[in-house]
Amino acid sequence: MGILVENISKKYQNTTAIQDISFEVNKGELFGLIGPDGAGKTTIFRIVTTLLIPNSGKVTVAGLDVVQQYKQIRNIVGYMPGKFSLYQDLTVEENLQFFATIFGTTISENYHLIKDIYTQIEPYKARRAGALSGGMKQKLALCCALIHKPKVLFLDEPTTGVDPVSRKEFWEMLKRLKQFGITILVSTPYMDEASLCDRIALIQKGKILKIDTPQRLIQNFSKIIWNIKSSNKYLLLEDLKAFEHKHSVFAFGDSMHFIAKTDLVSKKEIENYLKTKNHSDIEVNKIEPTIEDIFMDLS
Amino acid sequence: MPQNTMIKVENLTKTFGNFTAVKGISFDVKKGEIFGFLGANGAGKTTAIKMLIGISKPTRGTAVVAGFDVQTDSEKVKRNIGYMSQKFSMYDDLTIRENIVFFGGIYGLSRQEIKQKTEQLVQELELENYIDQLVISLPLGWKQKLAFSVAMLHEPQIVFLDEPTGGVDPITRRQFWEMIYAKAHTGTTIFVTTHYMDEAEYCDRVSIMVDGSIEALDSPKGLKEIYGVNSMNDVFLKLARNIE
Repeated sequence: MGILVENISKKYQNTTAIQDISFEVNKGELFGLIGPDGAGKTTIFRIVTTLLIPNSGKVTVAGLDVVQQYKQIRNIVGYMPGKFSLYQDLTVEENLQFFATIFGTTISENYHLIKDIYTQIEPYKARRAGALSGGMKQKLALCCALIHKPKVLFLDEPTTGVDPVSRKEFWEMLKRLKQFGITILVSTPYMDEASLCDRIALIQKGKILKIDTPQRLIQNFSKIIWNIKSSNKYLLLEDLKAFEHKHSVFAFGDSMHFIAKTDLVSKKEIENYLKTKNHSDIEVNKIEPTIEDIFMDLS
Repeated sequence: MPQNTMIKVENLTKTFGNFTAVKGISFDVKKGEIFGFLGANGAGKTTAIKMLIGISKPTRGTAVVAGFDVQTDSEKVKRNIGYMSQKFSMYDDLTIRENIVFFGGIYGLSRQEIKQKTEQLVQELELENYIDQLVISLPLGWKQKLAFSVAMLHEPQIVFLDEPTGGVDPITRRQFWEMIYAKAHTGTTIFVTTHYMDEAEYCDRVSIMVDGSIEALDSPKGLKEIYGVNSMNDVFLKLARNIE
């Protein structure tokens, strides 16, 4: 059994942080909560890690109730909060030792779980955690969250503010952890990381927009997305915004993603319109949507 | 320095004890250019930016920003640039209005100017109904758009944006970049860092720092051609991976 979240809501004074959230994470699954800052991701993490009691709804983790059986849950889960929360004035090795000890285990007992990750920071094991770079802090935090061999691992925005290379490495580590059967709930504001999860929930403003596998979300997206380029990006965006057939247009790297009000609009029509606006080097192509396209269309 | 060069950096170096964080970097940024300053965590970006905005003295080398030398004229540099970052942009426990008045004062605007700027700014951002709310109560995306406008209060010729869109939702992130485009269009120079590689594509030119040095500097198109890949993400991965 993994994680079962049923109709939870949480209010802080007048602000509703999350509203009627339900989802299920299967045992051994890598499940992603994908959404921007303020979507309510951290509130969900606090509830499922027993640190916050919801106003309504029910949550079980590995079959245990987060309110009634919180002590048992704390023994069997690993939690990496969004803010770095290791002891800055302990060394790398001391931090790991500390977490192993309070969970009644030793580093050597579960070393196989962290070996891949720990060997990358081992050269710095005598360094104080506070003096590590962002990428290394994150690796140490993951080791500390894993050292007691948790059944369920909670990772709240582990890659926020982390550069693309370290992000990629981090996701490779998560994939390798799956072989040990650990259930993982991870959140991220980076939409491109969604495709690395088994299933995802797209979340915004305290509500879940959609839950599915990334592949099915993409397959089931019914609108046509046109990838459009021309020599002047700024004017291209302005002109597409003013196009009578526009449903939405968003910049995507070196091109624009355009959705028309109706699927009847043809490539030729778009090209002709841009020609009348004096664009050159025009390219118009149908493309498969990304998770980010889908997220923006739902929000 | 030619009139249209907003930043001129030559052999800029910073050492801390026996560690060299920035190793003799050199580059120019032109007026009205959107310049992306990329690099992995720990590559030395923040140290370099601190020197460019006049809050850290270079160990060696020179940087002239908005016409002033950061070594000898750092106070003038600070007055002539705008700056915002993800970590610090505005005071959370002041209202929108109070933040504008505060920063307007810091930048030396007159009361009359501050009053006029306040009206113009909240109107542009459609924040009329929220002007007396504490900044802490605003969604991050609004806050960052507001912070950008506040950093531009004194109409600086150049603005430094340090990871301005981290964690911001995809739609607001794009609106933010439209504000950047519009400012660049009117001649403001934009110096920006980001971890979103799609945003790197929006820049006119991009530099990539690896281990204290600038390893690559070109237009996104040029970089993709040089490294034979289809996206800036791949350029970035290729550069940083090769070093290891």
